[in-house]
Amino acid sequence: MTDVTMVVNGKAVQRSIDDTTLLSEFLRENLRLTGTHVGCDTSQCGACVVHVNGRAIKSCTALAASLDGAEVTTIEGVANGKELHPMQRAFNVHHGLQCGFCTPGMIMAGIDMVNRYQASGQPLTEATIRHELEGNICRCTGYHNIVRAIEDAAQQMDGMSKAAE
Amino acid sequence: MSDGIGARVARKEDKRFITGKGKYTDDIRMENQAYAAFVRSPHAHARVTGIDASAAEAMDGVIAVLNGQELTGDGIGNIICGWAVTSKDGSPMNMGAWSALATEKVRYVGDAVAVVIAETQALARLAAEAVDVAYEELTGVAFADAALAAGAPQIHDNAPGNLIYDWEIGDQAATDAAIAGAAHVTELQVTNNRLSPNPMEPRSAVATFDESEDHYTLYTTSQNPHVARLVLSAFYQVAPEHKLRVIAPDVGGGFGCKIYIYPEEITCLWASMKTGRSVKWTSDRTEAFMTDAHGRDHISTAKMGFDASGKIVGFGVDTIANFGAYMSLFSSAVPTYLYATLLSGQYNIANIHCNVRGVYTNTVPVDAYRGAGRPEACYLIERMLETAAREMGMDPADLRRKNFIDSFPHETPVIMTYDAGDFAGNMDKAQAAADVAGFAARKAEAAGRGKLRGLGYSAYIEACGIAPSAAVGSLGAGVGLWESAEVRVNPVGTIEVLTGSHSHGQGHETTFAQIVADRFDLPIENIQIVHGDTDKVQFGMGTYGSRSGAVGMSAIVKAMDKVEAKVKKIAAHVLEAAEDDIVIEGGEVKVAGTDKAMGWHEVGLSAYTAHNLPDGMEPGLKEGAFYDPVNFTFPAGCYIAEVEVDPETGVTEIVQFTAADDFGNIINPMIVEGQVHGGVAQGIGQAMLEQVVYDHTGQLITGSYMDYAMPRADDVPSYTIEHNTTVCPNNPLGIKGCGEAGAIGAPPAVINAITDAIGTNDLQMPATSQAVWTAIQAAKTPMAAE
Amino acid sequence: MYATKYHKPGSVADAVAALGSAEDAKVLAGGQTLLPTMKQHLAAPSDLIDIRAIDGMSAISVSGDSVTIGAGTTHMDVAGSAAVQEAIPGLACLAAGIGDPHVRAMGTIGGSVANNDPAADYPAAVLGLGATVITNAREIAADDFFNGMFETALNEGEIITELQFPKAQSSGYSKFDNPASRYAIVGVFVAQTGGAVRVAVTGAGADGVHRHAGMEAALTADLSPAALDAVAVSADGLLSDVHASADYRAHLVKVMAKRAVAAMS
Repeated sequence: MTDVTMVVNGKAVQRSIDDTTLLSEFLRENLRLTGTHVGCDTSQCGACVVHVNGRAIKSCTALAASLDGAEVTTIEGVANGKELHPMQRAFNVHHGLQCGFCTPGMIMAGIDMVNRYQASGQPLTEATIRHELEGNICRCTGYHNIVRAIEDAAQQMDGMSKAAE
Repeated sequence: MSDGIGARVARKEDKRFITGKGKYTDDIRMENQAYAAFVRSPHAHARVTGIDASAAEAMDGVIAVLNGQELTGDGIGNIICGWAVTSKDGSPMNMGAWSALATEKVRYVGDAVAVVIAETQALARLAAEAVDVAYEELTGVAFADAALAAGAPQIHDNAPGNLIYDWEIGDQAATDAAIAGAAHVTELQVTNNRLSPNPMEPRSAVATFDESEDHYTLYTTSQNPHVARLVLSAFYQVAPEHKLRVIAPDVGGGFGCKIYIYPEEITCLWASMKTGRSVKWTSDRTEAFMTDAHGRDHISTAKMGFDASGKIVGFGVDTIANFGAYMSLFSSAVPTYLYATLLSGQYNIANIHCNVRGVYTNTVPVDAYRGAGRPEACYLIERMLETAAREMGMDPADLRRKNFIDSFPHETPVIMTYDAGDFAGNMDKAQAAADVAGFAARKAEAAGRGKLRGLGYSAYIEACGIAPSAAVGSLGAGVGLWESAEVRVNPVGTIEVLTGSHSHGQGHETTFAQIVADRFDLPIENIQIVHGDTDKVQFGMGTYGSRSGAVGMSAIVKAMDKVEAKVKKIAAHVLEAAEDDIVIEGGEVKVAGTDKAMGWHEVGLSAYTAHNLPDGMEPGLKEGAFYDPVNFTFPAGCYIAEVEVDPETGVTEIVQFTAADDFGNIINPMIVEGQVHGGVAQGIGQAMLEQVVYDHTGQLITGSYMDYAMPRADDVPSYTIEHNTTVCPNNPLGIKGCGEAGAIGAPPAVINAITDAIGTNDLQMPATSQAVWTAIQAAKTPMAAE
Repeated sequence: MYATKYHKPGSVADAVAALGSAEDAKVLAGGQTLLPTMKQHLAAPSDLIDIRAIDGMSAISVSGDSVTIGAGTTHMDVAGSAAVQEAIPGLACLAAGIGDPHVRAMGTIGGSVANNDPAADYPAAVLGLGATVITNAREIAADDFFNGMFETALNEGEIITELQFPKAQSSGYSKFDNPASRYAIVGVFVAQTGGAVRVAVTGAGADGVHRHAGMEAALTADLSPAALDAVAVSADGLLSDVHASADYRAHLVKVMAKRAVAAMS
């Protein structure tokens, strides 16, 4: 057993966990944050994507014990109180989800992607969005509306960051 | 009404999904919950000669290790196939016994022989590895044609030669004669590749036995919780129906594979009773590949005859369908009544005959997967038409147009009666949207970049809204395929709709609410859809076969008819007017042409206070209805794929995909288009990427996403969607269904486009880069015999 | 996952000590291969020695004629490093194409090289550039490091600390993805260093990453895609699986090599 402390969605948490506990298990079972999903065993599907220290990672392929001190954001933590994140809103407006199972990972991947591209000043085209989604599988939507949602959210996030400047 | 029929209403259910608050089965945690892990056969075919569970039982935290002898000893029944199909010689199908936990023999890799119940999931899995099962290995066989061959391993004693049935439809003599007299005959052998449905949410079950009430509760990933309860109760004898509650909470996709009641749910319920604990099981992806019912896996040989003008005169088909190791719930109907009955496609064909042999193999059971039989039929017909056009030097679109059915109703020689359609109109819309006229220029431009550009058509038709109960009953179905609904107007005027359909991504909470908002002219926020719980919803047959619109919503309409009639009676009584003068609009119930009106909520309140109701009227405002469809519905459309092939590598890119669909009336175009996007992506997956691969003995090669290629965002294009509407005359909303169309129509369009690009007809699915490159090489190389 | 004990040493010495004292310890870097393997019960190390907290383990430095990358540096950091992009563009390009963004945010260069998966990308860069593998104990030339599928020259208890790449005059990488796993079915790294050209092939060989003498000779004489036309690539010794036969792989080796040459900068 190892003691870990993390800041998850802005709140400090401390648990004593088995060394084999994956971050996805830690979130789902120890913290009961069940919005993070697990859809495969081989790190392909991306339903488990969360942000750790500002980067999107697959929580099914990280040991919680190795993340002592980390800052973690999950799908439950991206809205600002009752105000949805632009990426969440865009998924609703553009019908970017059907069964909803891959959606948390898609939204977390989408936010990360937009942040990275906007930070580096590179354009986020349809082709780059599709390429950047290599680590997220959706079986329902055929990706069409997910791409539309990320395009739209990117515009709004750009506006947000410009407004903040 | 802005949220009514035809509006692109954003989904009501999204909020919980986009905030991580969806409630899926694996998110549920019961008090006193233990975990199940299954001991599965590593062999495709073997006799079980002994199970030594002592090491597992000795592990700290292991609660029980249970096996098939104990399960059958407790009277748990064998898993059933719910549709009896009779061979052409009149003999019944040969159904082998399937116990939830194998007793004497295992018949596929993944067949469960025992279950471990332990305090944690990790421990259960470790203990399952510690169960020592002694096997006497037998030779296995994975491919249907090999399983039929002389000397093949015998999988079930009561299915000699592994033959389940030898079935036919249509007039063989007339078809043979028509083809013999044809001016041109096209012959084709096609394989319809085996697929794994792969909903992103793995299957899961949480079973709880309450000894004090002698009552069971099962949370499970089901497309049809009532059917699950019925089957678990009536056939598996797990518990009587009134002592079993089945709840399917949010379900993360299904595509068919969550229709069936699997060994795992049965075992969890039984194990909960045995151990006195809640028992949870959640599949991992590897387990899903070896237990979720697969789809497709047909080998077909076909001949199509044409007269000198290009009119089809006869179509003869011989199909071998791989059933896997056991007969799953709807398995028998898929390659017969859902496949061969659609072999007329969109074409006027006087003579059709199809023979189907169903075959056992040592593989995962095969059952309905998005489209279920109809993709196999469509693929065969549409590959046939395209190939024939090339052979006869005709334009493939013209050949289709020449043969389109253009008057309705139309009775095909394979027992379907198409009720409405506009096949030429679909093609017109698709061709215009795809700019077919500009294709030659695009092809030349691509050639300049070293790319081979090709265009392919698919004119699909499917039968859905499954189906009139009496009709399916006469064909052997064990259930009726109606749907039920209950519409409850509360005293404050808000409405709950209880439906037997069960969304697993289709957006019922929005679409169903739209038809209620439309009918009663109410804000959509005032309407709540209730589904997925056998304790809440009266009964239902569930969601599959694109039936929730055509059948599920029709039941809601019937219930709304009754509500409306009662509302008008109450209002006429209170407002002292004639019933015929009452209209419902703008949140009010009014007397037409006057200023006399009651608020909608006041009618609700009147119904429940019952202070002033017409003589003899019962209080309350709640009506139920069962709707039994009078025919299948027939969505149809024309799809055009345009591809570019890199001849150096075989890598194929779909550069344009156009779908023109006729789904009848549409409630929410945004959701309907989403269904097409998803279906087309699965069709592209089948055409270019996906295949469950077994070696010939039955060892599974593609057991994870490392080897089974799922379509990703960069494998598919943005889609162009057109609608061409002919109203379905056979249900109150005039709708046909849209859930499966994409998966049915897309594969032949893609393969026809690739074969057009590379100049050969010799290409099977999946057209992987290697397959395309190999086909290009073969087409380049002169035949060795020449 | 079988039981394991997690360690997070703060120095190379502590890591080496921890490795030596455990029964069957493994180094954990990004974990993007090791953890899935452990989840599937295909690996069961008694202890995991996480090297990411060690000082300097994820540093990138450029000296006169070489680029040195700490073993714990993630693919994303290599791909995004202006220094690497400037000095060895082919290496940055290779790193940017490994796995997917989330894997690149965790996976490390040292982990990839030490694991020597026959379908991994980095071994092609290490061998193609003639890099030096630096461990706690010694320096190993790339040509001496890779010993066949999942086998390397590393001794038990030895830890890769850095990879030192010579600045190439030009370099390029071209990869043909496995449609399912997105690992390389074939990946070819071509580098011109000094007067010579090195060609390293990953994904294709049954013995893992390897150099291709015929293509090297042809490209040393004439560094152009057309120079490869006359070179024969044999299917002997190449992998064959459900995604690609040995013949198809042999064909792709040549096509990817040409594309790598065309992409050299």
